[in-house]
Amino acid sequence: MIAAIEPTWYLLLAAMLFGIGAFGLLIRRNPLVMFMCIELMLNAANLTFVALATQLGDINGQTAVFFVMVVAAAEVVVGLGIIVSILRRRPGATADDLAELKG
Amino acid sequence: MSDATFLEYVVFFSAALMILGGAIGVITLKNPVHAALGLVLTLFGVAVQFVAQEAHFLAAVQVIVYAGAIVVLFLFVIMLLGVDQAMDLSIEPIPIQRPLAAVMGIGLVGLVGAAVVRARDALVINPGTGIDVASETGDNDSNILQLATNLYGDHVLAFQLTSVLLVVAVAGTVVLTRKWPRTDEARDAEHESSDV
Repeated sequence: MIAAIEPTWYLLLAAMLFGIGAFGLLIRRNPLVMFMCIELMLNAANLTFVALATQLGDINGQTAVFFVMVVAAAEVVVGLGIIVSILRRRPGATADDLAELKG
Repeated sequence: MSDATFLEYVVFFSAALMILGGAIGVITLKNPVHAALGLVLTLFGVAVQFVAQEAHFLAAVQVIVYAGAIVVLFLFVIMLLGVDQAMDLSIEPIPIQRPLAAVMGIGLVGLVGAAVVRARDALVINPGTGIDVASETGDNDSNILQLATNLYGDHVLAFQLTSVLLVVAVAGTVVLTRKWPRTDEARDAEHESSDV
């Protein structure tokens, strides 16, 4: 008899996903891929919310995932708008090239 | 071992493999299009985990909003900007950055993992009012009904504010990316600055 799946496993999986996303955000230079890494971290948070909602029997955790999704959508729209307007002016710009924005 | 438990294991580990494999694909693949497809794999894996935890409506929203809308937006921007070619990942402007990032990533996972494992006894308590699960209530709509009651009851103000957030985001993006019709003065100013 093996034990049933525990919420701890979901939390560990979410921690690994968050770690990979944070690592990717630091090492990639393409602003689009950096955005995808932020999405990975947001999904890790969502997985944590749902795992704890199930474990604690509290529907508020699932409602919080909704708001995370809305904020993620708004963030992607604004972020991609900024990236489009930057890359239209200077094609092939990386995150390092944008360092010259500082005064 | 019961069959149901065995199936749970199969679902959990195959979805975990999808999630981690897709995430590693996002950060290692050279072509941004391939990275976006890795992101799709991760998002589907997360949706599978949602189903496994009886959050059926969230799984549907995850597939529609994330894997549908957001990834399509990513791919659209990649194609629009024409950056769909492989990048050289060996360029490393700050030499020590990758080792430091690896140390930070592993340390983060280690710390959170240690905290989760230590807190596993605290997770056993169940103080909430309970989540309606379709297999227990016999009503297939129970999850979405309970979510709707919670969202439009306790969180109705936050729900209203998200509409403000979305309107501001849409208006801001239009302002950011629109090409404004140029006035003569602006064109003259740009000529002067480009001459310098």
